[in-house]
Amino acid sequence: MAQTLSGIGVSPGVATGPVARMAAPPVVPTEATASGDPEAENQAALAAMQAVAATLEERASRAPKEAAGVLGAQAMMAQDPTLASKVTEGVQAGKAAVTAVTEAFEEFRAMLAAAGPYMAERVADLDDLRNRTVATLLGVPMPGVPDPGHPFVLVALDLAPADTATLDAGRVRGIITEEGGPTSHTAILAKSLGIPAVVACRGATAVAEGETVLVDGTEGSVVVGPDEATVREALDAQEAKLASLQAVSGPGRTADGHPVQLLVNIAGDRDLAAAAAADAEGVGLFRTEFLFLDRPDAPTGEEQQAVYQRVFDAFSGRKVVVRTLDAGADKPLQFVTVPNEPNPALGVRGLRTSRRHPRLLEEQLAAVAGAAAATTAQVWVMAPMVSTPAEAAAFAEQVHGHGLGTAGVMVEVPAAAVRARHVAAVCDFLSIGTNDLSQYTYAADRMAGELADLLDAWQPALLELVRLTAEAGSALGKPVGVCGEAASDPLLALVFIGLGVTSLSMAPVSVPAVRAAVAAHTLAECRGLAGLALEAEDGRAARTAVRAATRS
Amino acid sequence: MMAQRRVVVGSKVGLHARPAAMFVQAAAKQPVKVTIAKAAGGDPVDARSILSVLALDARGGDEVVLAAEGDGAEQALDELAALVARDLDSEG
Repeated sequence: MAQTLSGIGVSPGVATGPVARMAAPPVVPTEATASGDPEAENQAALAAMQAVAATLEERASRAPKEAAGVLGAQAMMAQDPTLASKVTEGVQAGKAAVTAVTEAFEEFRAMLAAAGPYMAERVADLDDLRNRTVATLLGVPMPGVPDPGHPFVLVALDLAPADTATLDAGRVRGIITEEGGPTSHTAILAKSLGIPAVVACRGATAVAEGETVLVDGTEGSVVVGPDEATVREALDAQEAKLASLQAVSGPGRTADGHPVQLLVNIAGDRDLAAAAAADAEGVGLFRTEFLFLDRPDAPTGEEQQAVYQRVFDAFSGRKVVVRTLDAGADKPLQFVTVPNEPNPALGVRGLRTSRRHPRLLEEQLAAVAGAAAATTAQVWVMAPMVSTPAEAAAFAEQVHGHGLGTAGVMVEVPAAAVRARHVAAVCDFLSIGTNDLSQYTYAADRMAGELADLLDAWQPALLELVRLTAEAGSALGKPVGVCGEAASDPLLALVFIGLGVTSLSMAPVSVPAVRAAVAAHTLAECRGLAGLALEAEDGRAARTAVRAATRS
Repeated sequence: MMAQRRVVVGSKVGLHARPAAMFVQAAAKQPVKVTIAKAAGGDPVDARSILSVLALDARGGDEVVLAAEGDGAEQALDELAALVARDLDSEG
């Protein structure tokens, strides 16, 4: 009888195969006896750490760039001079090498763990290093990815970067971990390797070696012992999905022809060619921070205008929404950020920066206007972190004063969403930034991985604010977009459309799947899905209800 | 005479992950031993120790104090302070 386990899908796709489990970490003997020769013990310990570092460096040299960085950092930890001196202190106090190593690692582990949940991944790296060093010292099998000699689905408690980095996508068909979250190494690396993965999957490590499983990294489910029909259905559905993505192109349209602009987010002019080549109607979010970061003073007007010109030229004839400088909080600037704000996310950031530095915004708008005058791109300008209608009105007036016709504001602060009617009345369009809006709505730090459930863009309270904003726009005939990664979730995109959103902006790679999903549903269907999501108890229930409805 | 530099961490992620590794690698290349501490308080630690630097938990926007003494201390501090001030995570 098939059994279904559920977790969090972190790398999309469907895969099936027999389970192979990770070797258990070595057990440190509680009463390891020292040889009585501290010098020999010291040399053994340091040699083991060097050997571990060498293995990691060798793996790093074969791994893709992102994984190589993580492995390289772990190799640095194994060669840490302070760690080595603590080990030496231990053996000189008469301890066995394995004990001294374990205790030295434990000391740093406690320090990193004390720094908070933010450090959880580094703690996992350190535990992995300790296990490797101990296994080397004891001469027991190295914990790590198994090699059963055939393709398999890897099951583990959690994966360290050393495990994930050298995974062979041809061998490892899927990954399931009992622990870990959406921001874990497992998630990041599985995604970069294109291996379907489910994390935080309770019961995964209880699945027997060799048992066949069906992993759905899109839904976050694992079927243990599926029958052939189930497997075939899942694989067929995946193939059909891929085929349907390629079948649709051009401007976003629902099945009944309702237009939904599909736009891309860009953060500079580095990937401009690729972004411009995407089948999209323009740029929904052109972040300008990159021009201002890592420098002691603001770029000159000419310097800015040249960059804006390049972007507008790449998108000539299309729409480009420029977001004015969003400094502060997680993007401090040397020349504007207020030092030592107790709570920078709630401090002087975004448009608020212009209270202290009005010239910065003036100069930026002048540069945008200069570039806009010499292009066929339709240039729209919006401000980040707007809280009140008065701020929106002042910004719009300033933008119009520069001869730029279309001025909007981002809705990221709940106050702006609640008063969207008044905000929309004084500017030309609204654009919802879901990441910040959920952070402020749920009072949950964007960087706090353990609060991921609260930061879920499917949370009904967030969707209510999207609805308020979209309704306000629609009542006044003003466009309301969503920019931010939430728009790249094809199902959530349908909900946003149902709530009244008129454009979606996302990473270029996400556009085809969203376009296909939109094309497969009518506006009325989207409205029905939005209603289901709003009625749900929480983010998870909203997603489940909408997914079930799109299947029927 | 101990030389010091106070500098605000420019990397959004703080001195973690890649920025921490880049900083420690640069510190290891200096001719003098450099320490780093949080300006807000706490003991200085060896800048060549990745684990000690991570355990500082210096976030983007935090101010840190670099210190060194001996020949080449001033230049070493200038170089490392400039590195800390950059947003290392957003670079290539």
